[in-house]
Amino acid sequence: MGMITPRARVEGLGSAKSGTDHWWGQRVTAVALAILTPLFLVGFVRMLGRPHEEVLAFYGRPLNALFAALFIAAAFVHLKQGLQVVIEDYVHSPALKTTAFLANTLLTTAFAAAGIFSLAIIALR
Amino acid sequence: MVAFTLPKNSRLVSGKTWPKPADAKNLRAFKVYRYDPESGENPRVDTYYLDLADCGPMVLDAIIKIKNEVDPTLTFRRSCREGICGSCAMNIDGRNTLACTKGLDEIKGDVKIYPLPHMPVVKDLVPDLTHFYAQHASIKPWLETKSPPPAAEWKQSIEDRRKLDGLYECILCSCCSTSCPSYWWNGDRYLGPAALLQAYRWIADSRDEARGERLDNLEDPFRLYRCHTIMNCANACPKGLNPAKAIGEIKKMMVERRV
Repeated sequence: MGMITPRARVEGLGSAKSGTDHWWGQRVTAVALAILTPLFLVGFVRMLGRPHEEVLAFYGRPLNALFAALFIAAAFVHLKQGLQVVIEDYVHSPALKTTAFLANTLLTTAFAAAGIFSLAIIALR
Repeated sequence: MVAFTLPKNSRLVSGKTWPKPADAKNLRAFKVYRYDPESGENPRVDTYYLDLADCGPMVLDAIIKIKNEVDPTLTFRRSCREGICGSCAMNIDGRNTLACTKGLDEIKGDVKIYPLPHMPVVKDLVPDLTHFYAQHASIKPWLETKSPPPAAEWKQSIEDRRKLDGLYECILCSCCSTSCPSYWWNGDRYLGPAALLQAYRWIADSRDEARGERLDNLEDPFRLYRCHTIMNCANACPKGLNPAKAIGEIKKMMVERRV
């Protein structure tokens, strides 16, 4: 605690002058996912257990590949933003917090890239 | 991390059971949180008995009677005894409310009385609200103007004045902020529902000329955006206000000024 005044403790490092983009971005991706998730799942569930060639042909069609790619992009952006809020809420140790932020950004980006890259390989064969 | 276990010396132990009044017509038990930082002992829950046939109708009447007639060491804040000063905010029957406006007839079984949750305890039912008040001060709860002061008052239309209804009534009892899990976990940086409702009270005031600066001050992942619309605040407010709605209005303005 030290001899810092209560007001100085509240002021802290000042306003970050950001936060709205993150908050609004979560709402935008949520709306996007409300539309994209059913579109993606209809095809995905239909392709479960189908032969390899048939699945490749399905995702080789432009609209199927596009909906799947958009779904993956929106889902991982939304996941990344949501997990960041969870980390900010619950993780307070500076070292653990930095590690968690890093892992969140790197892993969600890597998974999204892997998904979209795979679709591109199939669609552009 | 979030504290899932209580810090050392804060684990509750069972306390003293005080004698029952003689020839009681309507006996009621009161389980009251007791903590004396100078004793070095853990907090305890004392049990008192009152004859409600000989007691006022509100919880505050009961604890005043305990202090006057049973145990003068019981410590709590109170002043107006009519729900306008906010001093007697405490956790009664599992909910944050004002002892002076909570009727004993609204509570079933033993009356459990604890200090407001997740605040440092000064003694017994008295929480330390220093940080809470500093947060309120940080939102500049006064009219900020840039125009030269008018000869008479700063004028406001009846319609604009109406926009402050549901905001100006806040008495800063802190029932809402101390009921908010987000305020529990991040109260050092999150301003909490009470301070944000007060912030919106000035943002929404047609006479104020510092709306932009007020929004700039709140544009922060922690100060404002720790609100996850849990709505405990609206549930707890003993004045029936809705801080979550005020926070929602601030967020809408944040988006509005950038699109």
